[in-house]
Amino acid sequence: MNDVLKVSSSPHIRHIDTTRGIMADVIIALMPAAIYGCILFGWRSVAVLLTCVIFAVLSEFIWNKLVKKPGSIGDFSAVVTGLLLGMNLSSQIPLWMAAIGSIVAIIVVKQMFGGIGCNFANPAIAARIVLLVSFPSAMTKYAEPISDVLTSATPLVTEAGTYSIKSLFFGMHSGCIGETSAFLLLVGGLYLVVRKIISPVVPVCFVGTVAILTLISGGDSLSSILSGGLMLGAIFMATDYTTSPTTSAGKAVFAVGCGLITFVIRQFGSLPEGVSYAILLMNILVPYINRFTLSKPFGFVKPLKEGKKNG
Amino acid sequence: MEKKEKILRPKGRIHGGASLPHLKGTAESETVIMPAPAVVRIPVLQHIGAPSRPVVKKDDKVFVGTLIAESGGIVGAPIHSSVSGTVKEISYFDINGKPTQCIVIESDGTMEKDPSLKPFTVKSREDISAAANRCGLVGLGGAGFPAKIKLTIKDETPIDTLIINGAECEPYITSDYRECTEGYNDVMDGVYFLKEKLQIPNVIICIESNKSKAIEKLYSIASDKRDKGDSVKLMKLPTSYPQGAEKVIIYSATGRKVPLGKLPSDVGCIVMNITSLATLYRFIKTGMPLVSKRLTVDGTAVSTPKNVIAPIGTSIKDLLEFVGGVSQDAAEIIYGGPMMGIDICNENAVVEKRNNAITVMLNPEKADTLTPCIRCGRCARACPMDLYPATVESVINHGLTEKLAALNINYCMECGSCSYICPAKRPLTQVMRLAKAELRRVAK
Repeated sequence: MNDVLKVSSSPHIRHIDTTRGIMADVIIALMPAAIYGCILFGWRSVAVLLTCVIFAVLSEFIWNKLVKKPGSIGDFSAVVTGLLLGMNLSSQIPLWMAAIGSIVAIIVVKQMFGGIGCNFANPAIAARIVLLVSFPSAMTKYAEPISDVLTSATPLVTEAGTYSIKSLFFGMHSGCIGETSAFLLLVGGLYLVVRKIISPVVPVCFVGTVAILTLISGGDSLSSILSGGLMLGAIFMATDYTTSPTTSAGKAVFAVGCGLITFVIRQFGSLPEGVSYAILLMNILVPYINRFTLSKPFGFVKPLKEGKKNG
Repeated sequence: MEKKEKILRPKGRIHGGASLPHLKGTAESETVIMPAPAVVRIPVLQHIGAPSRPVVKKDDKVFVGTLIAESGGIVGAPIHSSVSGTVKEISYFDINGKPTQCIVIESDGTMEKDPSLKPFTVKSREDISAAANRCGLVGLGGAGFPAKIKLTIKDETPIDTLIINGAECEPYITSDYRECTEGYNDVMDGVYFLKEKLQIPNVIICIESNKSKAIEKLYSIASDKRDKGDSVKLMKLPTSYPQGAEKVIIYSATGRKVPLGKLPSDVGCIVMNITSLATLYRFIKTGMPLVSKRLTVDGTAVSTPKNVIAPIGTSIKDLLEFVGGVSQDAAEIIYGGPMMGIDICNENAVVEKRNNAITVMLNPEKADTLTPCIRCGRCARACPMDLYPATVESVINHGLTEKLAALNINYCMECGSCSYICPAKRPLTQVMRLAKAELRRVAK
């Protein structure tokens, strides 16, 4: 027996899941759609994804060194942010813009608010919006699948019927690197649900709200949920732990709100796509949603008011 | 057909809880009885409440079952000698950080029973709680609350259900399971005896659904011919931690929620651990008080895990030697199971009444990496009491003590599920304890 015994507070065993493991699972889940995007849009997409990931990790590393915080690149969260940002960009974007996006995501949105677990908005979403308002034309120039022809529209802005539901579902159309194949994104989402990394509440409510509202307004729900960044946003961005509510009820409110804003922007706004803005706006409301959806403890007794105690 | 009616389905299911590895490797191994060690050191405080007062002095001759310390208050329990021999010393020892008076008895090796012990006659309902008191019985599931208190039935809070708790939801521990098997007759007779004497209309014997052999045994208890009104039932609980916690098992068995600050009797229930029940019945039958305890000795550092019946006051060192020693690299010795057990911090530790296990662990192969909270919400989902441990941690870290009351931390029963599940390896259960202490401090 050891001469020195360990004395710690209970419990003395821990579950095997770790922060790093969870982030690794998210990366695994993103892989099918990311690899497919690279095949679809060629080597430039590989370069964009790599740039985003490398700059995200570098920014995190340098920031930690500068502010003398313990290193945190080992938790893989910066890799997830970089990958998500890259998958939300067009393969045609200049690489320096992609790098700026990653730096903004990590330094401004994540680290300045305290790092992992403290940011109020999803770093990849916020960075994408920064790029979108800073470089609107570069951000909306998309490549046609498996060709070098430049087009400038996603299925959302082209006339209805340009793409069949099948090509939308499997991803044979233009768009951001990682958003085209609804099928592969669903596969990734399913993996995360099975591994209990995410709860299905957010994606189901988000996508469901968009589908129902589109149906009511007389649109084509199926192509509206399969096109644009909806699947990528609903499965991978709106489910971000830090920027979504804790309880299932809160998650449902959050996701319905995301769906509603997405629909309103798509239907009435001048922007082609509303998923990012919808998630960002709802991210800001998360503390309030949390406050109103906390559950009561088991066997709850209402505490006596101060006045009543005396009287 | 009849079998189905005997076995009840849980009436309520708590949110949360953790699915733990069961690791019940000792379930099918016969309990071994440890011979009297050369010396036992019996602490006067082995329960929640007032320390007992020694009634023996140095050089007194004692037998197995001789009263050596009387109950120190209303919430208290008497303590009996676990060996025959001579009192060597009555002085203070550091028992897990607390100076505790201990009675040291040198064994003569004969384990002679006190000749004055005789069966306890129960005439009235009140005699049951008197028996529990004389037996020195405390909650053997681990809480150590003197049993006489909960067995005192007051007319203003009538009891309609006696819940026999055989859930044993912690990993490794199988001592209650062995009690079901080896102490089968005492459990069986105890159930019917208590039911009759306490005049409780319903008995529900609860056990987790993964213990199929014990379920068979308990089923035959529930369907014994003495059960005339078909009022003794068996309930298979889901195997999820912390199913055996008192509030949780009451909810599972009856669908009733015990409000904060209230007792099981306020919702018409008495919960008794299965080993407590058998011990009480054995005392009534033979007059032998609680002087020895069955413990599961297991854990990653134990090469030959066993269930052992050891005299109370046996030093943990002697116990581990008897079991066959532990690994060279054993790093942690836990009183109880790995979820709620308390680490032993010096060699004065002895077997106490409320112990049901000694778990000896190696250092984990990979050290846990602590990361900041990622707000995944797993702690909140795992909390059986529907609390928000991560929020409590952030409030504590920011020193916002005034916000603690609104987070209902006093509902926490420190089951450990939040810390267990946390991927960032935050010490959440510890923080909950700290928060409760902080709240008490502010209230003063």
